[in-house]
Amino acid sequence: MPKVTWIQPSGEKVTADVPAGHNLMEAAVANNVPGVIGECGGCLSCATCHVYVDAEWSDRAGPPGEMENDMLEVTAAERRGTSRLSCQLIAGDALDGIVLHVPQA
Amino acid sequence: MGGDVVIIGGGQAAASCAAKLRALGYGGTVTIVAAEPVLPYQRPPLSKKYVAGELERERLLIRPADWYVEQNVKVERGVAASAIDPARRRVSLADGRTLSYDSLVLATGARPRQLPAAIGGDLPGLLTMRDLADADRLAPDLKPARRLLVVGGGYIGLEAAAVAAGKGLTVTVIEAAPRILQRVAATPTSDYFRALHQRHGVDIREGISLVRLIARDDRAGGAELGDGTTIEADIVLVGIGVLPNDDLARAAGLGVENGILVDGSCRTSEARIYAAGDCASLLWQNERIRLESVQNAIDQGEHVAKVIMGETADYDPRPWFWSDQYDVKLQIAGLNRGYDSVIQRAGSRTGSQSVWYYRQGQMIAVDAMNDALTYSIAKKVLEMGHSIPPEQAGDASIDLKPWLKA
Repeated sequence: MPKVTWIQPSGEKVTADVPAGHNLMEAAVANNVPGVIGECGGCLSCATCHVYVDAEWSDRAGPPGEMENDMLEVTAAERRGTSRLSCQLIAGDALDGIVLHVPQA
Repeated sequence: MGGDVVIIGGGQAAASCAAKLRALGYGGTVTIVAAEPVLPYQRPPLSKKYVAGELERERLLIRPADWYVEQNVKVERGVAASAIDPARRRVSLADGRTLSYDSLVLATGARPRQLPAAIGGDLPGLLTMRDLADADRLAPDLKPARRLLVVGGGYIGLEAAAVAAGKGLTVTVIEAAPRILQRVAATPTSDYFRALHQRHGVDIREGISLVRLIARDDRAGGAELGDGTTIEADIVLVGIGVLPNDDLARAAGLGVENGILVDGSCRTSEARIYAAGDCASLLWQNERIRLESVQNAIDQGEHVAKVIMGETADYDPRPWFWSDQYDVKLQIAGLNRGYDSVIQRAGSRTGSQSVWYYRQGQMIAVDAMNDALTYSIAKKVLEMGHSIPPEQAGDASIDLKPWLKA
């Protein structure tokens, strides 16, 4: 299974195996990663699953989609070039090993 | 901190409260009493992706089964609570057991309002949309050429209508009020969704009374309407709102009035008993309201956990809602309760639009259709306690982003 690592602002890390096809918001919730909420269940309505993709992985993760881009305009934490909504990142071979930084709450 | 927390109800508010208790380091027991035989799951997808067969059952779960083991949260599944004894701090379960508590959380949710039996509300085969079991009953019937009659033009009914129309069913929605969504939205929003459904072939009949549901082969099979016409259907779904599950609280002597009355700390009239989610009646701008939303279930459930852990600040709801129908996403920021004027704003893309609600000149809510940017700005501005004047909101040539820095 693809591996995903979340890093908290404190430096605390969680690494988990995520079933291919699952989105990385639901993976974060399933693995009890603080700071990734996912109120809307992953339907691009709430922006509570905002993460910063690690610079090493940013190109592979790609840019946000059109609607995601709009939702990212007003996340709780500041938007950066590597900002994504993690419900739109899908676990799979292409992102095996991806590192995500959870924004400061 | 130790002690026993019992949470009655197995939905989003219950799961959020339990998770927050553990996240805050609560060291006592946490027991969720869930009447349904499943772990807490997300309800919003039921009438959308789940019933359409686009989301597996396991992915509806708010947390996977392992999580409850790791976090030492016990879930009593398939057993209802039957009584609360506040004096002895005990909950009786339907299977005869009793649980003791130091803190009790009522997260009992709501149930679909039923049509009176006198007009066929008790006919076999009649469907509602609230629980997993409801969605599982409807899903196998969503086949082309079948006829679905939806009684009630609210969000649940319209979402089910959208899924059914997408699956090739012949769909009719009847609404007693002059327009669909009348209870929850202004005319422009109703107009938008009426046109959307009509483009997908759904027959929307508004301002039409239901005389009675009719049976065919001893099952709900259609309706007799106030205009003298009759609609035949293979499936009849009733979506006419919900009622709070406050019977248990009432029987225990707690203050109840269209929901379980809570104060700013989410406390009921009994100090050790809290309520959260759809079942709770809270104070919002000096009025009693119930919020039927995931946002409130999560935030209020978490707030109860914080109060149990010593928080003294009041719960401050930031209401937002959403609905998905066809390729349209509706996002609602704020509460439009008591609005006295509305304005419309065209979005930057085809079909994107927003409807802004004002009360005495103050912006109170926005419905955004396929316009996430406007939704996001409006939500932030409302949370900051600011108000974008109608003449600016209504002028699509004015960029609203500067309001985020106001």
